[in-house]
Amino acid sequence: MSFLPKPKLHHPRLPVNALGFTRRDYEGAISTLCAGCGHDSISAAIIQACFELDIEPHRVAKMSGIGCSSKTPDYFLGASHGFNSVHGRMPSVLTGANLANRELLYLGVSGDGDSASIGFGQFAHSIRRGVNMTYIVENNGVYGLTKGQFSATSDKGSKAKKGAINTDEAIDLIGIALQLGATYVGRSFSGDKDQLVPLIKGAMRHDGPAFIDCISPCVAFNNHEGSTKSYDFVREHNEAMNHLDVIIGRNPITADYAPGEVRDVQQHDGSVLRLRKLHAEYDPTDRVGAMHHLHERKAAGEIVTGLLYIEPDPQDLHANLGTVARPLNRLGDAALVPGAAALEKLNASLR
Amino acid sequence: MPGVINATNDFVVKFANVNGSGSASANQLFAKSILRMGIPIASRNIFPSNIQGLPTWFEVRVSGEGHLGRRGGVDLMVAMNPQTWDRDVAEIDAGGYLFYDSTRPLPRSRFREDINVIGVPLTEMCNAAYTDARQRQLFKNIMYVGALSALLQIDPGVVETLLSEAYKGKEKLAKSNRDAFHMGRDWALANLACPLGLRLERADKVGERIYVDGNSAAGLGAVYGGATVCAWYPITPSTSLAEGFEKYCRRFRTEPDTGKKRYAIVQAEDELASIGIVIGAAWNGARAFTATSGPGISLMQEFVGLSYFAEIPSVIFDVQRAGPSTGMPTRTQQSDVLAAAYASHGDTKHIVLFPEDPNECFQFGADAFDIADRFQQPVFVLLDLDIGMNDWLCEPFAWDDNRRMDRGKVMTAEELEAGKVFGRYLDADGDGIPYRTYPGTHPNKGAFFTRGTSRDRFAKYTEVGAAYVDNMQRLLQKFETAKGVVPHPILRRAAEPTRVGVIYYGSSSAAMQEALTALEAEGIQVDALRIRAFPFHRDVDAFIAEHDTVFVVEQNRDAQLRTLIMNECSIAPQQLIPVLHYDGTPITARFIRAAIGDKVLANKVLPFAGAAAE
Ligand SMILES: Cc1ncc(C[n+]2csc(CCOP(=O)(O)OP(=O)(O)O)c2C)c(N)n1
Ligand code: SF4
Ligand SMILES: [Mg+2]
Repeated sequence: MSFLPKPKLHHPRLPVNALGFTRRDYEGAISTLCAGCGHDSISAAIIQACFELDIEPHRVAKMSGIGCSSKTPDYFLGASHGFNSVHGRMPSVLTGANLANRELLYLGVSGDGDSASIGFGQFAHSIRRGVNMTYIVENNGVYGLTKGQFSATSDKGSKAKKGAINTDEAIDLIGIALQLGATYVGRSFSGDKDQLVPLIKGAMRHDGPAFIDCISPCVAFNNHEGSTKSYDFVREHNEAMNHLDVIIGRNPITADYAPGEVRDVQQHDGSVLRLRKLHAEYDPTDRVGAMHHLHERKAAGEIVTGLLYIEPDPQDLHANLGTVARPLNRLGDAALVPGAAALEKLNASLR
Repeated sequence: MPGVINATNDFVVKFANVNGSGSASANQLFAKSILRMGIPIASRNIFPSNIQGLPTWFEVRVSGEGHLGRRGGVDLMVAMNPQTWDRDVAEIDAGGYLFYDSTRPLPRSRFREDINVIGVPLTEMCNAAYTDARQRQLFKNIMYVGALSALLQIDPGVVETLLSEAYKGKEKLAKSNRDAFHMGRDWALANLACPLGLRLERADKVGERIYVDGNSAAGLGAVYGGATVCAWYPITPSTSLAEGFEKYCRRFRTEPDTGKKRYAIVQAEDELASIGIVIGAAWNGARAFTATSGPGISLMQEFVGLSYFAEIPSVIFDVQRAGPSTGMPTRTQQSDVLAAAYASHGDTKHIVLFPEDPNECFQFGADAFDIADRFQQPVFVLLDLDIGMNDWLCEPFAWDDNRRMDRGKVMTAEELEAGKVFGRYLDADGDGIPYRTYPGTHPNKGAFFTRGTSRDRFAKYTEVGAAYVDNMQRLLQKFETAKGVVPHPILRRAAEPTRVGVIYYGSSSAAMQEALTALEAEGIQVDALRIRAFPFHRDVDAFIAEHDTVFVVEQNRDAQLRTLIMNECSIAPQQLIPVLHYDGTPITARFIRAAIGDKVLANKVLPFAGAAAE
């Protein structure tokens, strides 16, 4: 028996997607974050991406650690199961969930404290294991929830609200993700919805570890002069590598481009990532080149954004382990329990 | 002239070996051949964690009476490691025997006057018979088994059968092993006074029992319990549990046509990730477990609390060792009882199972998953190094084919569709156990947001104190329900009515049985209760109430189970007398008998402070 999603009744003029859902069917509880917090814009982008992708909300599992950012899964996809786990440990919980049922979509939401400090190890290991997931770090360069301490992504030399200067080197999660084998890597800005929504869409259609570092200003503790994660600073230094459109089957092609200006990358599931190049020399299928470029632009003071790396034919943890196609959580006694006769044989071998 | 120990089917043989010399399979052959003669044995590996020099010992206690605990003392030392020679020779009981490789002569000063020395020129014989260095090494081991078979009267037919079984389909190998065995045996028959005072006589005391280690058994239990996800981080003495699971999964859970696996095993980056993976998998409806030891338990604390409060089943096998991390990792103890029972911050308590031997490791290894699903909380299975890493003679594994996994209260899409009320933390049935849903069950019903606390019965966010208290009370109610479901304690009554009782658990069981027999023979009547799980069944309270004096036998310093009983059953400290053994070696019957017997006879049963047996 299967149960078809039943859209709620809405205003007749609200646009609906292929499942008959409106954007509102992808919303969650009312956010309790500060007005203007970048995290809320990312939630809105997730809602928009899932709506546009015609995703059945209940087929998504949304997982997080602890922090303002990690609270947000409550504020989108209200019809999905969510899991607010412990600080820095979302990746392991997500990995376990993914092992149990390979058929759901896994969306991990984390913060820079959550992923670059306490959970740096789990972040790294989930990426290198190749867990099929969309992993978004809502990166504000501070610990929002504990009121504004520097985080491990705070840039060296950046200034705290109360004036202290950060002397520690910053961790660039993009660099680590690239090095550890993430097969879809992007960076964006919560204030740039046009860039962020397609980036999330591409990630959710990606069959491997997809990592997005999304700079997301904290208006309460890190949006002042001297901060390198403020709205103003990011707008000024944002250097987009490309513009992304995610084309799925029937989607119309919206514009004509001059030859050499666009590049189509087909993902494993048939979706096409159409990249309009903003930097002619940038090749998003070249991992080593991407790492090099990233370092180069960073030294020049730019924040590189866009789809930075894509491996169109990735292999995930299930493929590595060789697990059966059927989700492990649906295997019953017959498939799992060897039974009394097998045990009797085993007993005989132990005498 | 030294004295001579004479004993039939009742002695201890200890092998001193160099690790990696191929001695393990020869020693196993020795042990199994005695079992095949129908004589019970208890065997133990002893290995220091310091790898240098690689000494290992293998101790076989032959016991026609069927005693499976460690006895203490050595009647025959097979001294094959020159590096540990002095301490090995020193360990032999007066009148006992020293078996050694006499190829190179040793000065008299390296021996003892009060023991019987048996030299066999093993190296010389090997060098004469074999040219290949590896063969010389391996067959030397089989050769000493041959010589021992003559000295102790092991039936050579039994050894030949075992060798054919071990090398089934490899007749050449089987034959060369047989030849080496007979070479040793014939030499001993021709050159030594066979048999010794120590002898084996065929018996019929083994029956259907099997010989297996607790870690493999627990891993097999997890297979039968339907576990599909295992996440772990290597640590002695638990490593072979995860490896056992993998071995049996490969055999039983590989799809014949595709070669695909009906299981997933992740060697995680640490124990935090291990338990995180377990919790994520279990949240999503798979049965999942981790295996670790004390240091890993310490690292898992925060997550264990999440599993308790968010009510997510998790199974944790803790193969206990002497603490701490830089302590004695290759020595046994029962010292994680409190760390498991009260793991994590906040008000938490957990279900803990205490298997006594590999048979129960298998049984509890499977049951733990039903219990965890039923109560939606962590379940600890507390093995220890002694049960986990040694082969034990135990009842054969048994399985009822009519048994089905008990997944507990899981609300289905049909039930949701039919309008059944779903409150993730709602006590719908009055037993404290709520219903859960697996992610992805239904398009618009049954989804909820999982977090530790700060939510109401319907999983809606709230920080209202009354809602918190309501939830905490329900968790207590759930724990109360568990008392009647977890494995109940087992009572062994003394021959005559008595006011003296003893409580024990886990791997102390074998030594305890033997001690009870000895006490009974001395006319000391003791009722005994073996605790198999926490929370404690009512029978525990009743047992304590029934006796004036209750000993609690444990393998730790601080009397941890006693503390747990005092706390959970509201027992006054003076009612429970600790009997504590914690030097890292397995507890012995001699120790228990002395500790209890002397106190009862002297009739000076003391309160806690002065009474701890050293
Ligand atoms: C084990 C543990 N240590 C500390 C905390 C306190 N804590 C909660 S959130 C947080 C930092 C969150 O920072 P980040 O991940 O960047 O999230 P943000 O609030 O900035 O979105 C800390 C330190 C905790 N919850 N758990
Ligand atoms: S404190 Fe900062 S991160 Fe947290 S909600 Fe407010 S603005 Fe957002
Ligand atoms: Mg932050």
